[in-house]
Amino acid sequence: MAIRLKPEQLRSIHSHGEREYPNECCGMLLGRADGDSKEVLEVVPLRNLRHDSVRAQELLPLDDPGRESEKNRFLIDPLDQLRVEKDAIARGLEVLGYYHSHPDHPARPSNYDREHAWPWYSYIIISVERGRADEMTSWVLSEDRARFDPEPVNL
Amino acid sequence: MPVKVVIPTPLRQYTGKKDSVEIEAKTVGEALAGLTAQYSDLRKHLFNEEGKLRSFVNVYVNDEDIRFLQKDQTPLTETDVISIVPSIAGGSMTGCICS
Repeated sequence: MAIRLKPEQLRSIHSHGEREYPNECCGMLLGRADGDSKEVLEVVPLRNLRHDSVRAQELLPLDDPGRESEKNRFLIDPLDQLRVEKDAIARGLEVLGYYHSHPDHPARPSNYDREHAWPWYSYIIISVERGRADEMTSWVLSEDRARFDPEPVNL
Repeated sequence: MPVKVVIPTPLRQYTGKKDSVEIEAKTVGEALAGLTAQYSDLRKHLFNEEGKLRSFVNVYVNDEDIRFLQKDQTPLTETDVISIVPSIAGGSMTGCICS
């Protein structure tokens, strides 16, 4: 599997990551999947629900709220997700995956990313170093949930 | 009494590409047990090693989150539709580097 993005979609992810810095940004990737390639047609920025700590904690409690916050955690509201997905399906598009930023951290998935992932989806990570978007990578969870495999990104 | 369970796109590879499955069940717990008995490869993506629903997996009966109903004891009627929606979550901090 490989994922294809247009340069303006990459810019949109970059600028979302920079706007939200030093917090994590997140969003959805919509498009079409065909055999072994995914083509992104729309990038949908979403709110990081970790800003609303009460609701976020109700949905997916953090193990250590003293160390975990919107600076190193993101959560997409499942209701936002359902709404975007429903709208995408109505327009003949699919949810291909999600993106999020790692402020001042490499664009490598953490254990926490892996524990909260599902197979097939593309998980794009963008590293934002001192406020500037840097490396971007994409990952797909392995069938046995043991690791993330890198996915080629074609621009 | 069969109820309908809607299968999200990434998990359809484990249900023979079906986007929904009919399961005989009186409660949400029975429906999920029936679903994963029929399609065993789904199990590890929905349940953790202790057999509990993974914390980021949300289950809705119609449009209601079962957390705010009776969780897996939530009773079902024939017209109910169960949806499985992951909470998409992640972050840069790993468990092992924050000692």
